[in-house]
Amino acid sequence: MTPVLEAKNLVKTYGRVVGLDGVGLQLLPGEILAVIGDNGAGKSTLIKCLTGAEIPTSGELFVNGEPVSFKRPQDARAAGLETVYQTLAVSPALDVAANLFLGREVRRKGVLGSVFRSLDVKGMRERARAELTELGISTLQDVTVPVENLSGGQRQAVAVARAAAFGSKVVVLDEPTAALGVRESNQVLQLIRTLRDRGVAVILISHNMPQVFEVADRIHIQRLGKCAGTITPQSHSMTDAVAIMTGAQTL
Amino acid sequence: MTDLSSAFADRSTPLSRVRDLLHRYPAISPAVVLVVAVLVFGLLNDRFLAPANLSLITQQVAVVGTLAIAQTLVILTAGIDLSVGAAMILAAMVMAQSASSSGVPPVLALVLGLAAGIAAGALNGLLVTRLKLPPFIVTLGTLSIFTALTLLYTDGNTVRGSQLSSTLTFTGDTLSVLGIKISVGVLIMLALYVLIAYVLKRTAWGRHVYAVGDDKEAARLSGVRVNRVLASVYLVAGAIIAITAWIQIGRTNAASPNSGLDLNLDSITAVVIGGTSLFGGRGVIWGTLLGALIVGVFRNGLALAGLDVLYQTLTVGVLVIVAVAVDQWIRKAKS
Repeated sequence: MTPVLEAKNLVKTYGRVVGLDGVGLQLLPGEILAVIGDNGAGKSTLIKCLTGAEIPTSGELFVNGEPVSFKRPQDARAAGLETVYQTLAVSPALDVAANLFLGREVRRKGVLGSVFRSLDVKGMRERARAELTELGISTLQDVTVPVENLSGGQRQAVAVARAAAFGSKVVVLDEPTAALGVRESNQVLQLIRTLRDRGVAVILISHNMPQVFEVADRIHIQRLGKCAGTITPQSHSMTDAVAIMTGAQTL
Repeated sequence: MTDLSSAFADRSTPLSRVRDLLHRYPAISPAVVLVVAVLVFGLLNDRFLAPANLSLITQQVAVVGTLAIAQTLVILTAGIDLSVGAAMILAAMVMAQSASSSGVPPVLALVLGLAAGIAAGALNGLLVTRLKLPPFIVTLGTLSIFTALTLLYTDGNTVRGSQLSSTLTFTGDTLSVLGIKISVGVLIMLALYVLIAYVLKRTAWGRHVYAVGDDKEAARLSGVRVNRVLASVYLVAGAIIAITAWIQIGRTNAASPNSGLDLNLDSITAVVIGGTSLFGGRGVIWGTLLGALIVGVFRNGLALAGLDVLYQTLTVGVLVIVAVAVDQWIRKAKS
């Protein structure tokens, strides 16, 4: 099976600091791949390099076997890669629909759109509603509410919905449950499973071992800027994973 | 998937509902202040509501009201432009002096002034986006630069009305609407408000201006080209500043390199009283028009009431502080 996303030998240096030291990663269609690692292991750098937020110093990226290089987040998006950042990257003052379409607004048809640059606000709202319904996010039916009026879980849902909408192939989630309570976390995990069931491949960065072992199909372990190995919840225990993460055990 | 919202019960009180309303429609509070001020001053003095006086207020407001449009755009991106007044004087002097002393055809002189305004905006935008300097510092520097350039160019000389062609003072011509004399400058100001209101509300660029001011990094990660948006905002502001220069020449029937420096801060006053947040990302352009009108109405009304000009200044100061305090209160609920 061709990986939907593949990275080979990614290196990222910041001056003399090495963020990534030759990392490889394969993401198969319709799987949830968790990325774990201690602080400073290069999880965030890896994700940024995969999604166009940072340009790797060297290394290769492939989407469906085709070589790609992302200069900015839009490039990754155009290739079907969407990211939910830890900071959520939503604009609080804009409403739910405006956030879903931020950076890819749809203009009206005809002269109004082409000459007067008028946005198709109504059309975007309708599509936003449809996408939210399809993802089973029933709570966000009023897409005209500013995002800052939403709870943490609802904001997370907006961010995930934005990533999952518009037919994306890969969704990358950076610590999606870090700021959430137990109940909201479970809802987000359920949303992640919904994505997988729709055939979307998911990369999940998390510190939360029980959650990782609950939803992940495979687990990529980062250590000191390198990949320390890839395991599955069946092949190894949580204790093993932590041991590999901290270097107490090697694969 | 289960309902996420049930865990968060609605805990609104009357006060928080007012706050939410003000948050959603930031132009409400300046609108209320303006209506009350007009009513009070109208009751205090019969002459206040006389057509001639209302006409005077609109003309007094036209320059700062137009300049404040440029200021609003910059402040919406969480920036500030301390150089708008200086850039306007520079553009005005280019228009007036090139037409009077250098014998450039009036229309071309206007185009040269427009180019000067846009160049001033481009310089600000370039420094903010390329050198990544805070807008406050950049425009504090360009304020001095534009002022010095203006004085170097003009030798400090004023171009008087008798030296100006009718094209340059066209913005001062008036026409009568329902017994009220409206100047061309006021009409241009209103047209610009309509245009910018449309652009901010209905185009992707407008949304990106808000998104950049709201949270720059979030906007970038969402695929908004932040630097491009910022640079374009300063360019558009430069064009509006140049148009204001034309209105100023018509309004004063002269072009002086020494008048109008107050406008740097007066434009910020209008924006702030109009409910636009200095932290960026929140506010509407109509609020700025209301803010400019409020300042105009207070100055005019207090003068008619026979109060010393210092009380006008004092009142405007109080208004600014109240407006920012209200903004803080509204923001606090959301953080």
